[in-house]
Amino acid sequence: MPIDLKQIAKTEQLFAPGHRACAGCGATVIIRQVLAAAGENTVVGFATGCMEVVTTIFPYTAWNVPFLHVAFENVAAAISGVESAFKALKRKGKIPGNQRLNFIAFGGDGGTYDIGLQALSGAMERGHNLLYICYDNGAYMNTGIQRSSATPYGAHTTTSPAGKEIPGKLQWRKDLTEIMVSHDIPYTAQAAPSHWQDLMQKVQKALSIEGPKFMNVLSPCPLGWYYPTEKTIEMAKLAVETKYWPLYEVENGVHRITVKPRKFKPVEEWLKGQGRFRHLFKDENKWMIEHIQKEVDRRWERLLKLEEAGL
Amino acid sequence: MKKEGWKELPVGAVIPEPGTSKKFETGDWRTEKPVLDPDKCIHCMFCWIYCPDSSIKVEDGKMTGFLYEYCKGCGICAYVCPTKAIKMEREEE
Amino acid sequence: MKIVAKTANESMAEAMRQINPDVVAAYPITPATEIVQIFSTFVADGLVDTEFVPVESEHSAMSACVGAASAGARVMTSTASQGLALMDEVLYIAGALRLPIVICEINRALSAPINIHCDHSDTMNVRDSGWIQIYAEDSQEAYDSVIQAMKIAENAFLPAMVTADGFILSHAMQRIDMLEDNEVQAFIGEHKGPYNLLDIKHPITVGPLDLQDYFFEHKRQEADAMIQAKKIIIDVAKEFGKRFGREYGLIEDYRLDDADYAVIVLGSTAGTAKEVVDDLRDRGTKAGLLRVRVFRPFPADEIRNALKNVKFIGVMDRADGVNAFGGPVFLEVKAALYDNEKRPGIYSYIYGLGGRDTKPNDIEKVFTDLMEKAPTGKLERLNYLGVRE
Repeated sequence: MPIDLKQIAKTEQLFAPGHRACAGCGATVIIRQVLAAAGENTVVGFATGCMEVVTTIFPYTAWNVPFLHVAFENVAAAISGVESAFKALKRKGKIPGNQRLNFIAFGGDGGTYDIGLQALSGAMERGHNLLYICYDNGAYMNTGIQRSSATPYGAHTTTSPAGKEIPGKLQWRKDLTEIMVSHDIPYTAQAAPSHWQDLMQKVQKALSIEGPKFMNVLSPCPLGWYYPTEKTIEMAKLAVETKYWPLYEVENGVHRITVKPRKFKPVEEWLKGQGRFRHLFKDENKWMIEHIQKEVDRRWERLLKLEEAGL
Repeated sequence: MKKEGWKELPVGAVIPEPGTSKKFETGDWRTEKPVLDPDKCIHCMFCWIYCPDSSIKVEDGKMTGFLYEYCKGCGICAYVCPTKAIKMEREEE
Repeated sequence: MKIVAKTANESMAEAMRQINPDVVAAYPITPATEIVQIFSTFVADGLVDTEFVPVESEHSAMSACVGAASAGARVMTSTASQGLALMDEVLYIAGALRLPIVICEINRALSAPINIHCDHSDTMNVRDSGWIQIYAEDSQEAYDSVIQAMKIAENAFLPAMVTADGFILSHAMQRIDMLEDNEVQAFIGEHKGPYNLLDIKHPITVGPLDLQDYFFEHKRQEADAMIQAKKIIIDVAKEFGKRFGREYGLIEDYRLDDADYAVIVLGSTAGTAKEVVDDLRDRGTKAGLLRVRVFRPFPADEIRNALKNVKFIGVMDRADGVNAFGGPVFLEVKAALYDNEKRPGIYSYIYGLGGRDTKPNDIEKVFTDLMEKAPTGKLERLNYLGVRE
């Protein structure tokens, strides 16, 4: 169902201003879009990370929905507990049987790909009725831009610096979305805040499905990616247009690419605007850009083939 | 603002009221501020959906301005506006 | 009231069934595994209304418990040793968030080397996590204490762990007086929690970030809750005693009135120690025993009072602090007695690590040391009992 922005703009803002996120923070845009799509009957959990920290500095909270934070690696487990309590209390008649609540667990790539992977996998396997959203900014940003398994190949981070001997991170980023597809959950998707219609429709679709759902959302970070703050949405758009971040969904095991740019741009267009990839443009490192292009193409081709084959 | 003693604080460190971040004004972070040319605005709501700080004022389906007490001057709204109705201007000292 | 033959694992699982918590999120670990297994059977047979969450690790178990409790549910779990250690950071979080979660904990040694048998290193390791800690002497007490713990936790708004010695109690059958289901329900009453995340009309933020200006006040408040818990524990025990005829205290004072020599011990070893005390008394020695039942909140006043006339004390610790000074119970007892007018000689005995069997003559050796070596100043402050040199 298409989202009418004018209608949504009239609704209650579930995320208040006055939080301490950096100017131009992509993650806060994602949160606003998700909550606008989800509506007020929503309970959110957050892993320790940028968003949790900047939105809940006691006594200030940016949340107009119930919010829970426990620790770094366990938001999936914590929200599993909340969802279980909801089920149990309904069964005991302490909560009306027809009450519907959205349970959304958010984690950054730190708290999801790495330290939080176990809890996420467990929660998805157990089949809890919750939506897990990863805001993937490609590093442990809150603690000062350290590499995660979501950090792209070649990126400079403080623990994979572009130095004299080693030119940034030398591992490919983990394809967490496909890992979650392999959990055989009813719905998995990749989204980006530049494509708000696609993102919000995916959130609404996910929330209409009973069971465990996962969404991986690209979250541009002006500080960690080293670009001027006004370009956050542009950075997300370019990531989609260069095929670095395909927008797709997997419903009941079937892949469907939801946004196919009419004309694709070479991945260099996305890399060149970010200071964390600046060293790749030195003559001796240009091969790395080709290397990245090859891998981006390979992952995209694979997606196309899966879609074609109805898999 | 006088800060509470331990006996006055809510049990378990909860924040019992929602949206209290509104009391914290981040507007003084910025060095540039967005300025609207209302004649160019087509009320597409792109600035509203892309603002990280919920600082776009929308009244009756129309974009009417900015919440300057919170706006951090990131410039996203000016960048995404399809009709260039928003310009970033240097804040006065 | 029904008389049955059950192990501590079986009795604690029974107590859980009778409490009928809303959510149990648990992971198996020896020797507590059976509690989780037995409870799963209750769930599968429809004997409880509990939502059972078979989590993928103990860290997730406690995390799910915290989530469920903050959502207004009555929550329990069970673990031991490495599992308790794995939940460590979340235990502290549960305490600080003031959630009334109850753990049926089976005391087992912490690795390394890996050992599945009884000692108190696992629970001593989390003594500062903000949890109420109760050490049961036998399975009857374990059963009774689990039921009391739910009421205590929901009144103090602090989580509580009831501990029973691994294999010694968890797997050994004893005669248990079980309450009727409706008696347990009447005793614990309706669930109470400090707040409710699911009150969607009044959204709250649970687990915020504190900067330097609020953290200290929040922790001070938590500390106060532990201080207030003492009276709550006593009141609940009194009520339990009145209703069901078995009253427990923060400590157990065994023949201490006129004792010159006393041993302090926690858990199942107290049973053996009482036999030794009786035997010594028969032979004319003024021996006594102090069993600490509630270790957190630490019953300093009760301990000081009980030991005020004792001359020489051996504190038996089933955990070594590896601090080169003495075991954890020894440190706290010695600190408590420092303010006494008459300061007794007080000595640390590390015993029973990794399930090392502690026999009557081991305990008798402690008394012999106190009687013969201590008065001449020849007794070491720190002793290891029953280890091969």
